[in-house]
Amino acid sequence: MNAFRLGLRWILRDWRGGELGLLLAALALAAAAVATVDFFADRVERALTGSAADLLAADAAVEWSEPPRADWEEAAHAAGLRTARTLSFPSVVLHGDATQLVQIKAVGDGYPLRGRLRSAADPAALDAGETGTMAAGEAWGEARLYAQLGVSPGAVIDVGELRLPLRRVVTEEPDRGGDLLQFAPRLLMHLDDVPPTGLVGPASRVSHRLLLAGDPAALARYAAWLTPILPKGAEWLDVNRARPELNAALERGTRFLALAAATVVVLAGAAAMLAARRFVDRQTDAAAVLRCLGLSSRGLLLIFLTRLLALAGAATLVGSLLGLGAQAALGALVGRWFAADLPPPSLGPLLDAAVTTLLVLAATVLPPLFRLRRTPPARVLRHDLGPPPGSEWLAIGLAVATLGAFLTWRMGDLQLGIRALAGVVATIGVLAVAVRGLIRLLDPIRLHGHTAWRQGIAAVARHPTLALVQTVGFGLGIMALLLLSVVRTDLMAAWRDKLPADAPNHFLINIQPTEHEALEALLNDRGMRHAGVLPMIRGRLTDIGDRPVDPGSYASARAQRLASREFNLSFATALQPDNRIVAGRWWPPDSQSAAFSVETGIAETLGIALGDKLTFQVSGQRIEGTVESLRQVQWDSFNANFFVVGTPALLAGQPATYITSFHLPPDQLRLLADLARRFPSVTVIDVGGVLGQVRAMIERAALALEYVFAFTLVAGVIVLLAAVQASREVRAREIAVLRTLGASRRYLYAGLAVEFGVIGLLAGTVAAAGALATGWLVSETVFNLPWSPNPWLIPLGASLGALGVGAAGLLAVRRLVDVPPVVVLRAA
Amino acid sequence: MSGHSRAIVRAAKLGKTVQGPEGELRILGDLDLDVMPGDAVSIRGMSGSGKSTLLGLLAGLDKATSGEVYLFDQPLTALDEDARAALRAGQVGFVFQSFHLLGGMTAIENVMLPLELGGARDARDRAAALLERVGLASRRHHYPAQLSGGEQQRVAIARAFATGPRVLFADEPTGNLDLATGRRIADILHGLREETGTALVLVTHDQQLADRCERRLLLADGRLEQLA
Repeated sequence: MNAFRLGLRWILRDWRGGELGLLLAALALAAAAVATVDFFADRVERALTGSAADLLAADAAVEWSEPPRADWEEAAHAAGLRTARTLSFPSVVLHGDATQLVQIKAVGDGYPLRGRLRSAADPAALDAGETGTMAAGEAWGEARLYAQLGVSPGAVIDVGELRLPLRRVVTEEPDRGGDLLQFAPRLLMHLDDVPPTGLVGPASRVSHRLLLAGDPAALARYAAWLTPILPKGAEWLDVNRARPELNAALERGTRFLALAAATVVVLAGAAAMLAARRFVDRQTDAAAVLRCLGLSSRGLLLIFLTRLLALAGAATLVGSLLGLGAQAALGALVGRWFAADLPPPSLGPLLDAAVTTLLVLAATVLPPLFRLRRTPPARVLRHDLGPPPGSEWLAIGLAVATLGAFLTWRMGDLQLGIRALAGVVATIGVLAVAVRGLIRLLDPIRLHGHTAWRQGIAAVARHPTLALVQTVGFGLGIMALLLLSVVRTDLMAAWRDKLPADAPNHFLINIQPTEHEALEALLNDRGMRHAGVLPMIRGRLTDIGDRPVDPGSYASARAQRLASREFNLSFATALQPDNRIVAGRWWPPDSQSAAFSVETGIAETLGIALGDKLTFQVSGQRIEGTVESLRQVQWDSFNANFFVVGTPALLAGQPATYITSFHLPPDQLRLLADLARRFPSVTVIDVGGVLGQVRAMIERAALALEYVFAFTLVAGVIVLLAAVQASREVRAREIAVLRTLGASRRYLYAGLAVEFGVIGLLAGTVAAAGALATGWLVSETVFNLPWSPNPWLIPLGASLGALGVGAAGLLAVRRLVDVPPVVVLRAA
Repeated sequence: MSGHSRAIVRAAKLGKTVQGPEGELRILGDLDLDVMPGDAVSIRGMSGSGKSTLLGLLAGLDKATSGEVYLFDQPLTALDEDARAALRAGQVGFVFQSFHLLGGMTAIENVMLPLELGGARDARDRAAALLERVGLASRRHHYPAQLSGGEQQRVAIARAFATGPRVLFADEPTGNLDLATGRRIADILHGLREETGTALVLVTHDQQLADRCERRLLLADGRLEQLA
């Protein structure tokens, strides 16, 4: 108990003595990185799963591509539940010649059942919103719709064949979610106004919802009755399954951010290891004196553990505060993708920050601490006596095991954790080998040149392990930043450049069978190049061969998603020009066989082979055909393309809408208004606008990642400081001796600048090489582009490293140069 | 043998050999010594004669190869490191040649340390009184690095006497000091010893310092000789 109390009292002394400053900084940084990501993820997660009201405008809902059946609604009423209907679909609205793609949500009476629908009278006064419900005969738009159409409330717009006045500005909509998947602004209208628009045909891409609210027990009984009899494609949504696509995006996003934060933790751990070793080494004399004064080894351990636990507490607090500040920026950058308003941060992530600090501390401090407790008291008489040497392998093993546990925890999955661990260890290993090789290369040049130069090079080569740790630390940080800034921009530019100037930039969907010939004629009249107006039939894959398709039986999330969704099928006599048969044969134009041609990627994902019999459910009918060929599709041609194409003999009789894509030159924008007037049910999608938004999203995501990776650079600086600290006594003595021999401050600074500059140069070069290699890999595998490396990357990385690390290093050792040599030599 | 039962430190046929580059090296052999309460014993010897080794064995800081050391009648070979530490706690004081103050603590905190380990509630007052006794009242909040060698040794002496130990082991306490400072340190050491009745075992190669003890021994060839 005395030891514990003494440990507590010692904490203040530690603080005053400044012994633990660097360890505190390293631990706080690890905590800050984890806290930043977790505070952000926690806010988004709570926004997504917070309350059904905010997500569904109801307690539960049934979603289907067809109107909900009357008996579902009757049964709900009989069970005492309230209901309301909604219908969502994309469309184009017109005002004069201005067209705008919108996401229409038509709502019935009673909407919303939960949450509130708020609107304002003026786009300029959004705060003055009122809660209310929609009435027939008017439309409400999001503020950006008014801006994009250049209109004010009261303007009349064409929604299909119906003219509606835009009355109010929607400011809060309970089931809107975030704007991650919503490029088009929202237009709200009443369900009763939908039939006169003529926009919704039999095979239109629409989403109906039956909203339900009421007593939880009654709702549970209703769910138990309804879910088993739901037709394929209809989905029961409740709070747990409200926004699966956003949940999936969040999971992927936070895993990526968690990996970035884990990199910071690894680097901070390296700094903590250096700082902890130095701290413990410097405590050996104190330990011997304490043992001499009669303290047991347990008491000794308790004193140090108390001090270090207090340190962990302080680091958690500091790190969490830093994380709290940093997460606000992340929320501002990408939070709106997930929810209109993120809830304020909760205290949960504090625990994550605390666990992180404790794990880093345990991995770095315990091995030297357990050694320290075995300090022989006789050291007070003979300074050469020390604690028995510890096993380096044991220390490394503990660090790797802790890192594995940490990554598994952060990834939320053992397999992902192991893969991440392998990735981290391999990356550090490759960097370490590269750096070691480069340090060896320094050998021949260290004997030549100015003495300050030789001095600096020798200093790097003399402490290769320290140089290695510093270089790897900086290398990872610089590599992440180069990848996210230079390589990413290069790749995006290369991809943009690869698209032909006349690549299709507009898609037309929802073309009705009665319209497709007239529409094709209009396009041809206006001289638009297009790849044909192609039929599109919605169908669900039910069997591959004799086995029914079970989404749950697929391991990958993509396969599960594809297997549970409706497909867009098409039929054709000729192979599209941007398709290539890689297996089997395309059918002859007059083929009467029941055959399919499947895109290779989806065939691989779903396990479909040439010769397999596929069964689709199309409008309640079973359609069976054999896979006669596998096709490779050039998706980035921006032509309309399909995973599965059938013979006309097989599919021509099914209800279809049509789709096409064409290149619209900027001087022919009037065509869009003409199209919208003549074919009101047709939806125009401006690919250029969508691509612009995708690009903006990627840029924001990259910025968010850069933001988290900026922590790695801070970690690099702390690693550098810890490394400088670790060799402080030796360095101070060397500097003192040099100064007594007449070395000027300029000479000393020159030598130190060479030393740190070389470390930065090595780190920058290795980082740039790493970024180049990653860029090549991404280019070849993801973008399918010929790789054109940026010739400036290596010089940029090297100079960035040399200047940055050189400056940081000089700042770190400035004080040592300024100490009068006599002070150092007397202390030695 | 009745004297043995009263001895607070007793060595019986004490031997210590170490492994050297040319085989086994005997440092101490069959050495006997009794230290009675309040005794002041000096052990003199050449550099490398094994004085510090002997001191370490007597204080239980090191283990003997043969023979036995009894500290407060407890045979030390039967005790493990922690039990020996518990035996020393509060009863044994140390003064070292290189002071061994803890650099992160001020003078008064260094003196408080053994008192705090023993759970004393008035540690600060007692430490302050001792610092005043060694003439360092005005330096109590200084860190060791801000004190001269002599001042550091005075803090170390205050720390050694803080718990009112029954025996104090001193290893070349003036070895790192100039003659005048060394003399002043010896005055303080002996003054405090006489005031408290603490036994002193002092190893040194400084004859003047050794001569201030009542019993003067010489360590040569691993054995102790009584000096006149």
